[in-house]
Amino acid sequence: MSGGSRMSSVSSIEPKRAAVGDLDSTRAATPPRRADVWGAARRALPPVALGVAGLVAWELLVRLKEIPYYILPGPLLVIATLVKDWGTLYPSLLVTLAITGAALLVATVAGVLIAILFTQSRWIERSLFPYAVILQVTPVVAIAPLIIIWVKSIPLALLICAWIVAFFPIVSNTTLGLNSADHNLLNLFQLYGASRRQVFWHLKLPSAMPYFLGGLRISGGLALIGAVVAEFVAGTGGVQSGLAYRVLESGYTMQIPRMFAALLMITGTGIVIFLALTALSHLVLRSWHESAVKREG
Amino acid sequence: MIARLQQVDKVYANGVVALRGLDLDVGEGEFLSLLGPSGCGKSTVLRLVAGLGEVSGGRIEWSGGNGRPGDIGFVFQEPTLMPWATVWKNVLLPLKLRGVPLEEAEARGREAIGMVGLDGFEHAYPRELSGGMKMRVSIARALVTHPRVLLMDEPFASLDEITRFKLDNDLLALWARQRWTVVFVTHSVYESVYLSTRIAVMTARPGRTASEVAIDAPAPRDESFRTSPLYNEYCRSVSARLAEAIRS
Repeated sequence: MSGGSRMSSVSSIEPKRAAVGDLDSTRAATPPRRADVWGAARRALPPVALGVAGLVAWELLVRLKEIPYYILPGPLLVIATLVKDWGTLYPSLLVTLAITGAALLVATVAGVLIAILFTQSRWIERSLFPYAVILQVTPVVAIAPLIIIWVKSIPLALLICAWIVAFFPIVSNTTLGLNSADHNLLNLFQLYGASRRQVFWHLKLPSAMPYFLGGLRISGGLALIGAVVAEFVAGTGGVQSGLAYRVLESGYTMQIPRMFAALLMITGTGIVIFLALTALSHLVLRSWHESAVKREG
Repeated sequence: MIARLQQVDKVYANGVVALRGLDLDVGEGEFLSLLGPSGCGKSTVLRLVAGLGEVSGGRIEWSGGNGRPGDIGFVFQEPTLMPWATVWKNVLLPLKLRGVPLEEAEARGREAIGMVGLDGFEHAYPRELSGGMKMRVSIARALVTHPRVLLMDEPFASLDEITRFKLDNDLLALWARQRWTVVFVTHSVYESVYLSTRIAVMTARPGRTASEVAIDAPAPRDESFRTSPLYNEYCRSVSARLAEAIRS
């Protein structure tokens, strides 16, 4: 192991260090990559098998019981519809994605800035935090109609709704993170005469990073939910409509397979957002945070 | 003289009286241990000497410095490293905060890492290191500014005995070479006798110095000192003083 050879080189330079007991624990050896891939495949096997079995059962049920497609379409029909209606569904996916992405972006920027504002003074936090909570606990379905009335542009109204749902986890997590810097490290920074800016950039921000990323992962899913819910309420048709409207529209016209196809796309989008943010979190934290590091032994 | 504390009181905001009427001189080049029961205010003394916090009564003077402590290195009970930074970045932190030019900072960083025997571990993250190695990083970080005074707050208390003995020896060797002033907080009679040139025995809270003992044992000390009659004699007498200080 690399650490072992290092240790011996240290002791050969200086004989007195031959018994460096505490240098014994060598650096974590990186596990071989092949094993990683196999391990991942083995972990993925049970849920994938269960999913496939469920789909087969569903298809069989629909065929054997001759359930009409407008009550419950089989998975094969849903896939076929997805391909057939791709021309309609894909633009809608882009609309929903745009609103979700924009809402998440604004929620992230605004959330982090608000969290930084909170940590500047206890008074600011005490005054504003309750209102952030109120905004969070009020169901977006209930305020969406108002926002749609007040804001002329529908995409902007949808964006605001999605933002309201998405910003709270980022604010509360980042605030918690900024306040949880190690007190002894704060003392150390003070001892070396660090400025407020240095404390913020070199200590508070890195300390908050795992908390922020945790909040971001929750907010990603919430932004999508917010966008979909708001669009349900808005119920706008036309070219500029997202997946939620496709679900509504399919319901009105009894095109149930298409409804399933749109639903599938919404779920797929949510999963992709979650995986992307998880990967981002892992990438940022992999070298140091316990959550992203494999347990040894 | 490095620092002089006269009749120092310290009362915390929650009403706890940590120190009452504490007198203590820290002399140039000495290895001074503060020995006392846990909760007696040893760490408070160290923090005050470091300039982290104000006295509630009495006064504290530092030599050569406009009412401020000079260059100080501080080693906490825990390694207190930034988990997101490598050993190298952790050690260089004090220089970075002070805006020391990069070239000079790197030279000093290499020197400090060499002193604690961590060459080759510069790019490791703290979580990859054992407790003793983390403590070495913490010491390297304290040494990187070339401090006149090294303040250590029970630095090896959470380590196993084998590692602690090893670090004790390495610390003594460094001190013999560099001759900074060390103020070392400990609750171990044995560790204080082994390391110090002088021991200040403190009472239970509210803390003050009950007595002082000079340890007149030749330097450099090594493992043979741990088993010598002189060492045993000092341990016995310091233990007796500690017991008396706790009773009083």
